[in-house]
Amino acid sequence: MGSLQLKSIRKAFGTHEVLKGIDLEVADGEFVIFVGPSGCGKSTLLRVIAGLEDATSGSVRIDGAEVVNTPPAKRGIAMVFQSYALYPHLTVKDNMGLGLKQAGTDKAEIETRVAKASAMLSLDPYLARRPAELSGGQRQRVAIGRAIVREPKLFLFDEPLSNLDAALRVQTRLEIAGLHRRLKATMIYVTHDQVEAMTLADKIVVLNAGAVEQVGSPMELYNRPANIFVAGFIGSPQMNFIPAERLGDSSAKTIGIRPEHIALSRDSGEWKGKVIHVEHLGADTIVYLETEQTGLLTVRLFGEHAYAPDDIVFATPDRAHLHRFDAHDCAIVTER
Amino acid sequence: MSKARSAPLRSALIHLALLSYTLLALFPVFLTLVNSLKSRNAIFREPMALPTPSTFSLIGYQTVLQQGDFVGYFQNSLIVTVASIALVLLFGAMAAFALSEYRFRGNTLMGLYLALGIMIPIRLGTVAILQGMVSAGLVNTLTSLVLVYTAQGLPLAIFILSEFMRTVSDDLKNAGRIDGLSEYSIFFRLVLPLVRPAMATVAVFTMIPIWNDLWFPLILAPGESTKTVTLGAQMFIGQYVTNWNAVLAALSLAILPVMVLYVIFSRQLIRGITSGAVK
Repeated sequence: MGSLQLKSIRKAFGTHEVLKGIDLEVADGEFVIFVGPSGCGKSTLLRVIAGLEDATSGSVRIDGAEVVNTPPAKRGIAMVFQSYALYPHLTVKDNMGLGLKQAGTDKAEIETRVAKASAMLSLDPYLARRPAELSGGQRQRVAIGRAIVREPKLFLFDEPLSNLDAALRVQTRLEIAGLHRRLKATMIYVTHDQVEAMTLADKIVVLNAGAVEQVGSPMELYNRPANIFVAGFIGSPQMNFIPAERLGDSSAKTIGIRPEHIALSRDSGEWKGKVIHVEHLGADTIVYLETEQTGLLTVRLFGEHAYAPDDIVFATPDRAHLHRFDAHDCAIVTER
Repeated sequence: MSKARSAPLRSALIHLALLSYTLLALFPVFLTLVNSLKSRNAIFREPMALPTPSTFSLIGYQTVLQQGDFVGYFQNSLIVTVASIALVLLFGAMAAFALSEYRFRGNTLMGLYLALGIMIPIRLGTVAILQGMVSAGLVNTLTSLVLVYTAQGLPLAIFILSEFMRTVSDDLKNAGRIDGLSEYSIFFRLVLPLVRPAMATVAVFTMIPIWNDLWFPLILAPGESTKTVTLGAQMFIGQYVTNWNAVLAALSLAILPVMVLYVIFSRQLIRGITSGAVK
């Protein structure tokens, strides 16, 4: 169906290097998410895979075949864009069918494939409408439908949910997850939203400044981040980083501890501190405290807690969940 | 507009300004139309007066329609104008698309070079153009006018259209590429329909100077068979005697086709001017 190999992909705009040698293997049927802060090159990488941008050097193989010199339409890919990018002058049906028509597929085949996709995405009532007569969520479904109809080897998603409102985003996320289960197709998805990354991906590729920081399953990245960047990027609220010397630990430079792995108590504990601010989210309570040993510390407690600013509290980290980083910001791997 | 933001005095002043500008702009047109319907003596005695039964006369129109081949002149003007607009829009849009869409060495320089013509009047090159047309054997043909006007209209067209083409979403063009559309189909089927308002704007700005031009028809195509309306009207203006009735009648008639073209483009034009400002 669709596997992808990237070998030392480099891309420079003028003297500015956006991608600094990316190597990546995507197996058939995998759902891979590129995630990273804005400007990290994730969209550029997706465009290189699609053939919309030429890489300065490197090789892109889809199903084992080198495609660097193949135009986008012949690569067997389909892409869903952030801005939907529907053809404004065509109906929903023609939008979905255009790619096949250009490829010379016969009419009956186009009809069946469009019908199948529109049933899958419940677009049947809208087939005769134009994009301007649809809501944002419907437009994105049409864009996804347009991709499905092509039956591609690779689905490429470029931040498909970022133009939708929160409720619709969750719903569409579920739809995409369901789609992946049903089609068993290889999907590559770009987002800056780590919730999307964690919930959808089989494999997450964390990019930063044009280089891959870590590749792994969501839980691998959460439990065993390879370096400070990944540790800070995955997980919300962000992991606490404490200079090791302040804790009297000389074997590491920085100690990381996730907010959810710290216990709070009013009576006793390892670090004594004062509450600065509390955020009550219902399911969670986020407490920010200033302790003598660690400085500012974020603690995430489950459920409701009655802490208030200026309370004196004690924080105790869960030793099993400490992350230790060396002078190069890389994780020090210890057997657990 | 909401009540809170509209002060009656300010609104009145704005309307006063707009009205006085409208009057100013329409006055010459009004004068031309009114006087074209009066007898020669009446034009000189009371140029501002409306035609009365005693001063009403169609002599101007009669002269125009009898002397010279005015239908032919109109035809020439229309052919030249429409062909020039079509070429300016086609080539202007294509150049603008290339400039805004593709990254190539010298892109900015090329853009500046193509826009240079806005600042340098084409008439400065009249002698060279005439020499060129003579050696190409194009003197006294409508082709020579179409060529010159196309060259004259292109800089502004490219300048305006490339700005508009930059606003067309990249994603849309990329979606087309992935669906297998050629660059030409992307240009003609996706981009052109979206910049239609800008095209109408360019068409109007291109059309009016061409229709009104006297210079190039006089120099490049003064022959009877290739005369344009503006040049045709000149035959009533003599060194010593000018047939004002005929001149005014010819000018009044010349307004009509431009009006028609303008009405065709104007709805798009308004959208073009306000696009971006009002969403």
